[in-house]
Amino acid sequence: MSGLHPARPFPEAAKSEVNNPQLRANLRKVTNTIREKRLRAVGELPHWEELRVLGAATKDASLAHLSDRLLELEASVKARGGHVHWARDAAEARELVAQIAQGHGVTELIKVKSITSDEIELNRALDAHGIHAIETDLAELIVQLSHDTPSHILVPAIHRNRAEIQALFNRELGDPEHLSDDPAVLAGAARRYLRQKFLTTKMAVSGANFAIADTGTVCVVESEGNGRMCVTLPEVLVSIMGIEKVLGTWEDISVFMELLPRSSTAERMNPYTSFWSGVTPGDGPQEFHLILLDNGRTDVLADEVGRQTLRCIRCSACLNVCPVYERAGGHAYGSVYPGPIGAILTPQLLHMDDKNANTLPGASSLCGACFDACPVRINIPQVLIYLRGEANGHKGTTLESVAMGAARYAMSEGWRFEGAVKLARAGQGPLVHGGQITALPGLLGGWTQSRDLAPFPPQSFREWWREREAEGAGGEP
Amino acid sequence: MKIDLFITCLNDALFPKTGQATVSLLERLGHEVRFNAAQTCCGQMHLNTGYRADALSLVRKFVNDFRDAEVIVLPSGSCAAMLRELAPDAAHWEGDEALRSEVLELSGRIYELSEFLVKKLGVEDVGAAYPHRVTYHPTCHAMRSLHVGDAPLRLLRNVRGLTLLPLPHADECCGFGGTFSVKNPDVSTAMLADKARHILETGAEACTAGDNSCLMHIGGGLHRLRSGARTVHLAEILASTPGQVWA
Repeated sequence: MSGLHPARPFPEAAKSEVNNPQLRANLRKVTNTIREKRLRAVGELPHWEELRVLGAATKDASLAHLSDRLLELEASVKARGGHVHWARDAAEARELVAQIAQGHGVTELIKVKSITSDEIELNRALDAHGIHAIETDLAELIVQLSHDTPSHILVPAIHRNRAEIQALFNRELGDPEHLSDDPAVLAGAARRYLRQKFLTTKMAVSGANFAIADTGTVCVVESEGNGRMCVTLPEVLVSIMGIEKVLGTWEDISVFMELLPRSSTAERMNPYTSFWSGVTPGDGPQEFHLILLDNGRTDVLADEVGRQTLRCIRCSACLNVCPVYERAGGHAYGSVYPGPIGAILTPQLLHMDDKNANTLPGASSLCGACFDACPVRINIPQVLIYLRGEANGHKGTTLESVAMGAARYAMSEGWRFEGAVKLARAGQGPLVHGGQITALPGLLGGWTQSRDLAPFPPQSFREWWREREAEGAGGEP
Repeated sequence: MKIDLFITCLNDALFPKTGQATVSLLERLGHEVRFNAAQTCCGQMHLNTGYRADALSLVRKFVNDFRDAEVIVLPSGSCAAMLRELAPDAAHWEGDEALRSEVLELSGRIYELSEFLVKKLGVEDVGAAYPHRVTYHPTCHAMRSLHVGDAPLRLLRNVRGLTLLPLPHADECCGFGGTFSVKNPDVSTAMLADKARHILETGAEACTAGDNSCLMHIGGGLHRLRSGARTVHLAEILASTPGQVWA
């Protein structure tokens, strides 16, 4: 698995993940810790709900004028000495980065953690051009060194524990001394390795959390400072951003500086927030390229219900509260966007006829914890339900659609429903053992995998009511 | 007050006792209870599984069956959430603005049982008696869509003889999710296993909730584990008195 495209339907992918006890334990521990910390951080702000409403409105306003904002951003970046490129899809974006690198004769570049670059599978494409991309975010580095893929938007190596990382670093970083499993020792080894890269590498690639149209400023928000090294030390900087990341003005960004850190890492303020506007002679990279990536986003924007998905600021709060993510893990979603946001973003970016991606809207019990946690009020359960309908439109007639149609017909009249219940009651006999149903056939077989079912009782409510009415009619008024 | 009951399809067919207990409880509180036998289903299963047109034909039927109701009470949080929150959206998605305004107009009169008692009637002590150790699972739709808050807990605290045991990780979904439980049985089972473990940790004899769909799933899991703990709908506890035990 890599990039956006799930290789398997979600239920199948989840089956192999959910039965991994180490993964379950790692995920439970981390998500529960972040969940509680986030609640505390959010609870400190009495105006949190107002901030969420403002965050949603700010993004919506930008999205409503997206083409104007993007053209304004392009003009501002150019005016400040930067270059702007438009990429319709992943392939165009990858090619642009490779061309810039080749233009500078670069065979190695450093990267700021960027999920957008993962979306377009940049590292693999650069490899094919003989260019090695080095991840500088600690967790991304862990994922890269272990030839793995990220399983969380914010904590890409959430599925790995300390012992696994110790073994990996001892093997991959070639440290002469055996590293202990002390997090400080492990971080120190990564720091030594990365520092040498920061100081010697000519080109960097970043994503963007936000871009400000009227000043041509790009913003990266991170916790380790590695991102700041990447956007200040090399000579050439390339930033790839999804077109939905653009905001109008500096005022627009302030609300997200409150919403994002508290939602993602439960911090009051973000540790490293870097802003850069084009190039400044003698200070920082002397060549700057901004790649504006569509890759399905304008189609999402065109959909009245689905477009709220583009408000997402990639905080990952929805992942950390999701009971399905907690059990299945990020890899089950088969895309760089896991969890509840991935379940609605991935299938929309790939379009609803993608037969693996269109199982993702089903990867939710619709409990609504994600909507409650979302700092920009994306009504994820609503979009999930909507997308399930859109997906069915591409599936034609199935056993399920026939069963649903039959159920709807049976429920179209009270008497018809009563008849269907009577029929089911009469037919359930062979399934009932010791007063319970312990194995169901066909589509319903999943139920009895772990659950018994009480059989239909001898009298339905409506039969009881009719009997009561009849008795009542002959007795007291 | 004249109360129209929407018993919901699952309660009608599989959990008639919940409906009977609801009738008994509301009549005990002095209300006139009506049941329009034309009613069937809110369409939630169809909508949540992506069968919008089927769902909307059932929503339309609901609107027709209950148009003249003064208040509509449901012993189900998820069906109430379907009608109040989702049905108007779905009608809009399908371009049926007339149905959308009709269901929106009706939605102000739709109540889940516990919110009806506490928020509409202002009753927290319904005169119930149920001498058992009970833990309460707040179902997702009641908690997050309807915002019933602590209404069920207020009612339970006033039940004579009842020992209310706090449920660890109470606000985590039990893993039912309608057809989710059948289409994603592995994840659903993993969620259920944790919920069942937390319930058993409380030492409760019974787990209660305002939704028989979630309870069917939790109860099915507890039964499979041969745990001895069982599930009981909130209505059946609230209807119970020393003279008449419902659950």
